[in-house]
Amino acid sequence: MLDRLTMSSNGTSPDGKVPSAASISQPAAATAVQITSVSKVFGSGSSGVHALDRVSLDAKVGEFVCLIGASGCGKSTLLNLVAGLDTPTSGDLEVNGRTGLMFQESALFPWLTVAQNIEMALKLSGTPKRERKGRVEQLLASVHLADFGPKRPHELSGGMRQRVALARAFAQDADVLLMDEPFGALDAMTRDLLHDELERLWSDRSFTVLFVTHNVREAARLADRVVLLSSRPGRVAHEFKNDIPRPRRIDDPTVTAMSAEITAKLREEVARHA
Amino acid sequence: MPETLSGSGAVDTMSAADIDRELAGLDALELAGHERKSLGSRTWSATWPKLIAIGLVIGGWELVSLSNWKSDHILPGPRVVLGQLWTSLTDGTYFHSDVIPATLQRAAIGYLAAVLIGTVVGATLSQIKLLRTGVASLITGLQTMPSVLWYPAALVLFGLNDNAILFVVIIGAAPSVAAGIMSGADQVHPLLLRAGRVLGANKFQLWRQVVFPASMPAVVSGLKQGWAFAWRSLMAGELLGASIGKGGIGGLVDNARTFSDYNNMYAAMTLILIFGVIVDAIFNVAEKNVNRRRGLIDVAGA
Repeated sequence: MLDRLTMSSNGTSPDGKVPSAASISQPAAATAVQITSVSKVFGSGSSGVHALDRVSLDAKVGEFVCLIGASGCGKSTLLNLVAGLDTPTSGDLEVNGRTGLMFQESALFPWLTVAQNIEMALKLSGTPKRERKGRVEQLLASVHLADFGPKRPHELSGGMRQRVALARAFAQDADVLLMDEPFGALDAMTRDLLHDELERLWSDRSFTVLFVTHNVREAARLADRVVLLSSRPGRVAHEFKNDIPRPRRIDDPTVTAMSAEITAKLREEVARHA
Repeated sequence: MPETLSGSGAVDTMSAADIDRELAGLDALELAGHERKSLGSRTWSATWPKLIAIGLVIGGWELVSLSNWKSDHILPGPRVVLGQLWTSLTDGTYFHSDVIPATLQRAAIGYLAAVLIGTVVGATLSQIKLLRTGVASLITGLQTMPSVLWYPAALVLFGLNDNAILFVVIIGAAPSVAAGIMSGADQVHPLLLRAGRVLGANKFQLWRQVVFPASMPAVVSGLKQGWAFAWRSLMAGELLGASIGKGGIGGLVDNARTFSDYNNMYAAMTLILIFGVIVDAIFNVAEKNVNRRRGLIDVAGA
């Protein structure tokens, strides 16, 4: 991912657009994630819990997909499956390229400095030692934290920690960035700014985003496509195409209208469980 | 890099510079007022309460001694005892090879062996869940057993020599070290393990880069407690005369009592106390450093 960001800053791409590696070989319709009839059952027999029931979903390269749903819809389970942290009970799951995962909590290592946290991601993904320092600086600059490398995570605010986590996810050079309610614990103002920041970093569509959230407005603000999951068991209930031109703002009337539409459907889904 | 991205025409209403400025403003507001105190002022604020405590103890001792509750012969005042301590320190008595050096050598060998054994046992058990359920309660049992109770067996098994003392020191200290490692490994936040796996760590890297550093606070507590047990076991052994010839500091206490040289007895006890306080202070510094780095200490209080 960073290579592509770097490429754009070097101006190597003549038209100013940065094509991702995958979109060069298979333009337009290339699929980053393909989930076909995936089910996940925790436990077994009658006590088994159906977290996901025959979920089919795909994301194109460079697409921003938001997954939304009430509690128990298996959103986080789905991300874990895509990240390879867990295996589906049945169904097919195909991911083209590397995945990176961001959580609601930053999950930074508290014994390392900010810079060392990012370096750890580089180290574990096999970046040679001599290249790491420069890349750490680049990554920190990309989330506007160039001066905070020597700080420790606990010295930063929640929003800053999430930006470090974002930089760490970028350090993995992921083709598919999985985000599990990454801004859920932040105050509204910080969250709005991080929406702008994320949209800007993603704006060249060099990576695909699967973004799980509870927040309908956030989904309308960010996504190309919003997927509504029903609960217990988790199933795809509805999909919304979101063509609102970018860059967007959280208070755009079009975004508000979109979130009203999604909310109505979400409420219908929730009411079915009454 | 951000500027070039927006320059590619993707973002125009909210420029990168705007985001940058707003984020910088938020960051500055969030971080205000978290300066750490200087080394000098931290050292001073850690030292003066101790000085006052020492002053109170010596004052109380002086009062008891002045009250003539016991004769000056069997309970000398602090001036006499501290004078004796100073004399023995300066005239080389304590530094004779069978006093402080003998004790320090036993302490170092015994403690290091205990740390080694405790680490291996603790790390192994924390990885093998089945084994640990049973053995963990045995380890707790070992910790509650007063180490001095091991001496009769140790003397029978090893005879009157250093090996008997080392055996008891190890059996006293190793369980604490092992328990620290096990509880440390238990307390690693599952989210950090997930993060490590997401970042691509294999099983060994996960242990080396996540589990081990994450357990450091508990490990250091275990090491500190292990030291306390090692030191008690060692002093008990020397006091019992478990090692003929080289009595160490503990042996000095017993010798002085045998020869009714009570000034020397109290002086040696004071030396043992001072040594304990110093080592404790060193462990406290290590503990605080480990915890502060992880944000486990209130910044203002540290």
